Amino acid sequence: MLQIPMWKRVLIWSICALALLFAIPNLFYDRVERHNDAVAMIEAGQGDAAMQDARAAWPFFLPSFLVNLGLDLRGGAHLLAEVRVSEVYADRIDGMWPSVRDRLRDDRDVVGAVRRIPSDDPGELRVRITNTDAIDEAASFVRELAQPTQSISGFSQARDLEVRVEGEDIVVTLSEAERVATDERTMRLSLEIIRRRVDEAGTREPTIQRQGSDRILIQVPGIGSAEELKELIGTTARLTFHPVVNVTSNPDQVPEPRQVIYPSIDEPGSYYILEQTPVVTGEQLVDAQPGMDQNNRPAVNFRFNPAGGRAFGIYTAENIGNPFAIVLDGEVISAPVIQSHIPGGSGIITGRFTVEETSQLAVLLRAGALPAEMDFLEERTVGPELGQDSIDAGRIAAMVAMVAVLGFMLASYGIFGIIANIALLLNISMIFALLSLIGATLTLPGIAGIVLTIGMAVDATVLIFERIREEMRTAKGPARAIELGYDKALSAILDANITTFITALILFAMGSGPVRGFAITLGLGILTSVFTALMVTRLMMVIYFERRRPKTLAI
Amino acid sequence: MRLKLVPQGTSVDFFRHWKTTFGGSVVAMVLSIVAFAVMGLNFGIDFRGGTSIRTEAQAPVDIGEYRAAIMPLGFGDVAITEVFDPAFGTDRHVAMVRIQAQEGTEAITTEQISAVRDALQGLDPTLTFAAVDSVGPKVSGELIQSAIISVVLALAAVLFYIWLRFEWQFSVGAVAALVHDIVLTIGIFSVLQIRFDLAIIAALLTIVGYSLNDTVVVFDRVRENLIKYKKRPLKEVLTLSINETLSRTVMTSVTTLLALLALFILGGDVIRGFVFAMIWGVIVGTYSSVFVASAVLLRLGVKRDWSKNSGDTAGTQFGVKES
Repeated sequence: MLQIPMWKRVLIWSICALALLFAIPNLFYDRVERHNDAVAMIEAGQGDAAMQDARAAWPFFLPSFLVNLGLDLRGGAHLLAEVRVSEVYADRIDGMWPSVRDRLRDDRDVVGAVRRIPSDDPGELRVRITNTDAIDEAASFVRELAQPTQSISGFSQARDLEVRVEGEDIVVTLSEAERVATDERTMRLSLEIIRRRVDEAGTREPTIQRQGSDRILIQVPGIGSAEELKELIGTTARLTFHPVVNVTSNPDQVPEPRQVIYPSIDEPGSYYILEQTPVVTGEQLVDAQPGMDQNNRPAVNFRFNPAGGRAFGIYTAENIGNPFAIVLDGEVISAPVIQSHIPGGSGIITGRFTVEETSQLAVLLRAGALPAEMDFLEERTVGPELGQDSIDAGRIAAMVAMVAVLGFMLASYGIFGIIANIALLLNISMIFALLSLIGATLTLPGIAGIVLTIGMAVDATVLIFERIREEMRTAKGPARAIELGYDKALSAILDANITTFITALILFAMGSGPVRGFAITLGLGILTSVFTALMVTRLMMVIYFERRRPKTLAI
Repeated sequence: MRLKLVPQGTSVDFFRHWKTTFGGSVVAMVLSIVAFAVMGLNFGIDFRGGTSIRTEAQAPVDIGEYRAAIMPLGFGDVAITEVFDPAFGTDRHVAMVRIQAQEGTEAITTEQISAVRDALQGLDPTLTFAAVDSVGPKVSGELIQSAIISVVLALAAVLFYIWLRFEWQFSVGAVAALVHDIVLTIGIFSVLQIRFDLAIIAALLTIVGYSLNDTVVVFDRVRENLIKYKKRPLKEVLTLSINETLSRTVMTSVTTLLALLALFILGGDVIRGFVFAMIWGVIVGTYSSVFVASAVLLRLGVKRDWSKNSGDTAGTQFGVKES
C-alpha cells in the first residue's frame, strides 16, 4: 500500500530543502556577486571598508554559489583564436644554424667550408659543404646535435631533429615527435600569456580555454568589444636583439641573404639592415620595469634569464663599439652602440619614449611575447545594454510562463494541481541550485531551455495524474489507484525522458556556445523533473492520503 | 469545476482518414524539400561566415541610407534588415547589418568594423553597435559539419534506444515522425526565410526530443495494450492507445505551448526565431506522433506474441498485416 519509510521521506525533503537553499543566492544576484568579489579581494589582501561592507551584505553561513551569466546576458566579448603553431618551427630551425655551423667547423678538415642555402620552406635548414664526398659523415655530425624530445610526460626516445641528405644538401627539420611537442609547448605558452594579459586588464571571471589542437577560446565578460580584447591580447610584443649591418634611407633596398630590413620607430625614413638571426629574444627575458636612463629620460630596464644573459654578455664583449638593434614586432626601437661588455644579463632600452610608453612597453615585455601569431576565427561582442535587455525579457517571459502553467495545472487538477505546482517550483529551484553548484553558464538559449522545462516538467506529473484518473475508473479504491498510477506511468516516463536526455547529451558533446548552454539546462531539467515527479509528488500524494483518507480522489 | 480539454473516454478514430493525413504529411514534406531546394535557407553568419552587426539608434532606420553609407567601403554583399519588437520604445530603432565573409581573412578586422561604425554614425550620431558577431569561413564550415553530425547522431542514438526497448517497427515509426518534424521545420524556415543559425540547431534537436517524448508515451501504451488485448486487431489497439493518452498529450502540449508563447511574445527579438522553431516543433511533433509514427507502425505491423519466444524463427518477425 501507500507507504514510504521515514528515512526516505526525510531524504526527499532534505534534497528539496538543499535545492531551495542553494537556489536562493540567485534571487539576490547583485548583492551576492558583490559579496563574492569582496571576499576574493579581502583574501587577496586588498580589503578596505567598502569591501567589508559588501562582504557583510550577504550572510556568511548562506551558500554563495551563483549561476554564471553568459556573455549574451551579461555583455562582453568572445574570441576564438587559432595559433599558427607551425610558425614556431621556422624560428626553432633558424636558431639551429649557429650550432650546426659550429659543429661542422669543428671538423673542417673533413667537411670543408660550410654554407647555408636559402630554402623555400622556412621549416627546414639547408646546409651545403664543399667536400661533398663527406656528406654522409657531415650529416651524422649534425645528427649528434639532436636532443631527446621533451614532452609533458618527460623525455621520450624520439629525437628532436631529423637530418637527411638531399642531393648536395644536408636538410635539417624538426622531427614529427618534436613538432607535436613544440605545438604543445606553444599552446601552453600562448594560453599562459593570454591569461596574464587578460588578468592585467583586471576583468572578472574570464574564460580562457584550449579548444582542439591549436585553438584558444577567450571569453571576457564586461569588456567593451572584441576589438578591445584583441588589442589586449593580440599585441605580439616580440622583442629581439639583432646585430646591425647597415643603416639606409631606402626602404626598397634588398638586403643580403640572412639579413632583414626593418624601419626605425622614432626616426621616420630611417631603415636598419640587420642580421636575421637574433642574438637574444624576448622569451629569455625575465623582468622589465619602466625607469630612467643616465640622462633622466624614460627607459625600460630589463633582465635576461641565465642563458639569455650569457649570450648577451658574450655578444657585447665581442662587439664593443658596434650598434645593437632592439626590435619590437618588426620595428627598431633603438640601436644603441655597445659601450662595454654587459655581463649579468641586465640592460636598458632607451629611445624617445614618454613615461606612459615605457610603462606600457614594460607591461608588454613582462607579459611575455606570444610564441606565434594568432588568427581570429570567430569574434562576438554583446553590448552590456543588450545583455541587460535580454535578462529582463527572459525574466519576465519566464515569470509569465510560470504563472500561466501554474494556473493551468490548478484549473485542470484542483488540489492535485497544487501538488504538481509545488513540484514544479521545487524543480526550477533544483535546476538553479545545480547550475550554481557546478558553475555552469546560463545563456539566453539556456533560459529558453528552462522555460521549455517548465512546460515539459509537468509532463511526467500529467502522465501520472492521467493514469490515476484512468485507474480510478476501474474502481479499486483511491489508494490502489494512486499506486497503480505511479507504477504504470513509470515506464513511459523513463522511456520518454531517457530519449530526451540522450539528445541533451549529444547536444552538449557536439555543440558549442549557445547550443551547449541550452543542452545543460535541458539535461539538468530532465533529471530534476524525473526526481520531482516520481519522488516529490508521490510523497505529497501519500501525505495527503494519510491525512484525509479520501473515499474517492477528486483528480 | 475542473478544466478538461479532452473529455473522458474519447474514441476518436484517428485512422479513418489516414490516407488524407498521411498523404498530407507526405505532400508537406515534399513541399518543404522543394522550398529548401528552390529558396534555400537564410543562413546566419554562424554557417555562412561573415559579420553581423546589431545597431541601435534613436532615429528611425532608413535601410537605403544605411546601404548607401556602407556600400562605398567595398565589402561586397551587405544585407540590412530592420528589427521590430513590441518592447522597443519609440526612440529605439534596431537594425541588423550583415556583411559577407571577406576573402582571404578569417574574421573581419578591427579597421573594417570601425569603418562601418564611422560610416553609420555619420548618418546618426546616436547610433551604437549593440552586438557584433564575426565568424570566419573556416569555423562556419566546421559549425555546419558539427550541426549535421549532431542531428544525425541524435537520430541514430534514439533509434537505437527505441529498438532496444521496443521492436524495430516502433523504431522506424518514431524516426519517420522525427524526420517528418525536422523536414517540416526546415521547410517553414525556408518559406518564411527566418534566419537559420546555431541556436536553431538547438531548437531542432529539442524538437527531436519533444516529438520523441510524445511518440514514446503513445508507443509505451501501445505496447501495454498489445499484451493486454492479444486478440484485437492492431488498428483497434492503436486507436485505443492514442485515445487513452490523448488527454495527457494535449495537456503537455498546452503547458509547453503556454510557456513557449510567453517566451515568444515577451522574450525579446534576439531569441524569437529560436522560440518560433520550438513552437512549430511542438505542434508538428504532437501531430506526427499520432498521424505519422502510429500510421507507420500500422502499415508495418508488429509482432504480437510478446509472452513467449518463438523458437522456430530467430530475431524479429513480421506480424499479420492488417488494415
